[in-house]
This record gives sequence, structure tokens and C-alpha cells, in this order.
Amino acid sequence: MRIFIEIAYLISSVLFIFGIKNLSSPKTARKGNFLSALGMFIAIVVTLLDQHVLTYEWIIIGFVIGALIGSIMALKVPMTGMPQMVGLLNGFGGGASMLVAFSEYYKVVNFAMFTHDTQTNITLVLSILIGGVTFTGSLIAFGKLQGIVTGKVVRYPMQHPLNALLLLLVIAGGVYFVMEPELEWLVLGIGGVSLLLGVLLVLPIGGADMPVAISLLNSYSGLAASATGFVLQNNELIIAGALVGASGIILTNIMCKGMNRSLMNVVLGGWESAGAAGPAAAGESPKGQVKSVDAEELAMIFDAAESIIIVPGYGMAVAQAQHAVRDLFNLLESKGKKVRFAIHPVAGRMPGHMNVLLAEANIPYDKMLAMEEINDDFPNTDIALIIGANDVVNPAARHDKNSPIYGMPILNVDYAKTVVINKRSLNVGYAGIDNELFFYPNTLMYFGDAKEAITKLTHELKNY
Amino acid sequence: MESLGLLMLIYVFVLAIFVGFELITKVPPTLHTPLMSGSNAISGITIVGAILSAGLEEFTISTILGMAAMIFATINVVGGFLVTDRMLKMFKKK
Repeated sequence: MRIFIEIAYLISSVLFIFGIKNLSSPKTARKGNFLSALGMFIAIVVTLLDQHVLTYEWIIIGFVIGALIGSIMALKVPMTGMPQMVGLLNGFGGGASMLVAFSEYYKVVNFAMFTHDTQTNITLVLSILIGGVTFTGSLIAFGKLQGIVTGKVVRYPMQHPLNALLLLLVIAGGVYFVMEPELEWLVLGIGGVSLLLGVLLVLPIGGADMPVAISLLNSYSGLAASATGFVLQNNELIIAGALVGASGIILTNIMCKGMNRSLMNVVLGGWESAGAAGPAAAGESPKGQVKSVDAEELAMIFDAAESIIIVPGYGMAVAQAQHAVRDLFNLLESKGKKVRFAIHPVAGRMPGHMNVLLAEANIPYDKMLAMEEINDDFPNTDIALIIGANDVVNPAARHDKNSPIYGMPILNVDYAKTVVINKRSLNVGYAGIDNELFFYPNTLMYFGDAKEAITKLTHELKNY
Repeated sequence: MESLGLLMLIYVFVLAIFVGFELITKVPPTLHTPLMSGSNAISGITIVGAILSAGLEEFTISTILGMAAMIFATINVVGGFLVTDRMLKMFKKK
């Protein structure tokens, strides 16, 4: 029986690997997701056959409740709410790992089998720590994205020393626990401090930095599963967890490069957030006249253009304007214009968020280009239309050494012949700094809510 | 857990990390959100541990914790795979 279960776990792990491999192309991605789900199904079924499973009632009750909540969440969530959803699911994964570790501990307590097994106890502490941090950290990230917790950067006194102290406390507690595993209050204490640490690490992260936070938490949720695998000595958990851990780290790295931050800063959880600088540069903010256009004038300009690059940002997501953008895209294409989308790696609130929104509106994925694929094309482009993006197109990142976003790779929209910025006002973006692009001679401001403004433009353009 | 056993587990962990890096660097930015929710669903593999904990014969605090873990992990697994499929359905080529 043991051999049969292990072989099934092996097959399941292979299915996970094939599942992720198939995600490398939109053509095979759906099949890949199915393969991963099949792998999970096999793992669940063979675990139910395990001889350690003696009663099924609690398993079934737990499964039914979980499956119900999970399906409702998955089917109800709007595509704009995807970052929160993924954040929350990360949290459940981490929470589950922590709970399993506690359950294992109490199993030992109830049967009075303190083995003083150093390795098991170390992995138990790791599982509780990573699982706990992932759980509360993700809940805070969810709260920030959902608007329950403030999206602003939260500062508290002694931020870094306090977090370092708490981490040291967990480590010291862990070492003591390994020597004295009977101490129940110690395990509970480690759990409590881990939960607190998750809150304190994510609370200072501002809304603009959420893509980094979400992908890092994704990685943690995988590592938590791996740590549980070490506790249970189960290879399948270790493999699946490691795959997810690696995926999260790679995405975090991409996001960090996109924002010009170092991975180390993020892992330490208290990097100098751009938002902290605030509108401090107000005194030296770029001055001048902005040129504003209305839909009618803009339609004329668009009608004359041959090539257009659209740059979607969080403003488009908030206004749910992706369908209006699709209508504009279709109309422009029907007029024989070359229209493409340029997507900055940190546009939106999670990696790839803009792509999902555009795909929801039926925009072909081969029209969505990543920053490095399209950045050289801006000088040959008639119009760069920016919809609700701000910091990712701010030229200050290239030359202003005092700017908090200095060094961050940006989309070179200012090289386009005409830059059109659709925004509700001249307000600053998430980094809290003015955008000198508004005052450039080739820039036109098109004020208004993204959905209304784009619909109006499409309407006007139809007359030509 | 004997040292050799732990070493084998670490072996598996390290190799899986490398496989993960190889696989994930090939995923295009367009699919980063589905990748994240899909891989997150895979991290719900903790459900295996939850089943073992919730399926104890005697009803103890371990069983309660196991059932709570079961609920959490199932939300992660079912919600994760479903929402990923919902997203991927939209990525059709015209």
C-alpha cells in the first residue's frame, strides 16, 4: 500500500510540473491548469487511502465547507478584484500549513510521544513561522486591496528593530522548543508572534508596491507547504511547495526590477517605499501650462494617426473601462490603424493584472506587448494613449536623481509624436509625485473618468 | 527522523526549486496572473496534510485543527483552480 501511495504521489508531482510547463503559452495554459488540478485530485484520493486516515467524517465536512466557499469566491469575483482574490487564497494556503503543524504537535501531545526529535521539531517551528506570516500577511494585503485597511504606507515607531526582535524571538523560542518540546505555551507563543509578524511586515507596504507583496506572499505560501512536507516527511508536499516557492520568487524578482527595488529590501519587509517620500517635491514641481483636449478634437487627431500604442494602468481597472477600450480598439483597427498595448511589469496591482483585464474584454493577447518588446517603437508611433497610468510613464525616472522613482524602468511614451493622457485630474499617482510628462509640449491631457471618456472618444471617432 | 531521511527530503526540495525556476522563467508576462493563482492552487497541496490530521480516529484538538486546515486548504485548492480556469478561458486568440 505504501509503495502504491508513493507512486501515485510521484505521478501527481509530475502532473504539477507538466501543468506549469503548459502555462508557458496561452494556447496550452488551460490544459496545464487542468493537469495540475488532476494532479491534486490524485494526491487527495490516494491520501484518503492512507492507513493513518481512520475516520472520514471531519474530512468530508471540511471539504464540503471549503469547496463551497472556494467555488463561490472563484465564480463571483470580478476580474478587477483578482489581486485581492489571489491575496486571500495565498492566506488560506499559509493558514492551512500552520494549522497542520499545530495539529501534528497536538497529536504528539495527546499520545505523549515527545521524541525529542530535533529535525521534526525544527521543521515544525519553520512550518508555523512561514505559515503564520503568510496567513496574516495575506489577510492584510487583501484588506489593503479591498480598501478595508488603508492602502497608504503605514509607519510605526521602531519598525525595523521591532520586526528583527520578533523574528529573533521566534528563533530563540524555536531553539528552546527543540530542547523542551513539552512546553505547549512555547509553541503557541511562536504561533502568536508569527501571526503578529505577518501583520507588521505587510502593513508598511503601500498600494503601489502591492504587486511585489502579493508575489512574495505567493512564494511564502509555497514554502509553507514545503515546510509542512518536511514535518510530515512527505515528498509530494515538498515538491509542490518548492515549485510554488520558486514561482513566487521569480515573479517577485521581475516586479522588483520593474520598480527598481532590490529583492533583499523586499524580503526584509521594510524597504523605503516611494510613497513615504510623499509629495515632498511639491516646491520644485514642474510648472507650466497643460494642454487639455475634448473628445471632438481628440477624435480628429486619432483619425489622422496611423499607429497607436495604448498604455493601460490601474485607473482603467478602477473605472472598469476595459470594455470601452476594446470598442475603441476595434474601431481603430477597422479604420486600418495599427493598434497595440504596452504593458509595464508593475501596471495594476499584481503581475499580469492588465493582461487579464484586456483578455476579459476580448482583446487578442498577441496585441499585448511587454515593456522591453515595445519600448523602442514609441518614437515611430503617432499616438501614445495613456489610460490611468502615472508613475510607470514618468520621465523623471530617467533623469531626476531626487525623484523617488529614479532608476525605475519606464515606458518611453514621451518619445511618441503625440502623448494623450486620460486621467480624472492632475493628481499625483501612487508614488505621490508630480508627473512632468503632463507639461511636455507633445502632451495632451484628456480629463475624465476612463470609461466615460473613452466611450465618448469612440463615439466621436465614429463620425469620421 | 534520521539524518539520512532528512537529507533525502532536502535533496528533493532543492531539485524541485531548480525545476520550478526552469519552468517559470518560460511563462510570458501575459500569463503571470493565471500563473500566480494556478501555482497558488498547487500550494494547497497542504490539503494532504490536512486530510491526515483530520482523519484521526480519536476526536481530539488535533482533529479540530485538522478540520480547520481542511477548510482552508480546500478553499485554496478549489478556489484557485476554478478562478485560474476562468481567467484562462478568456485568453483566446482571435
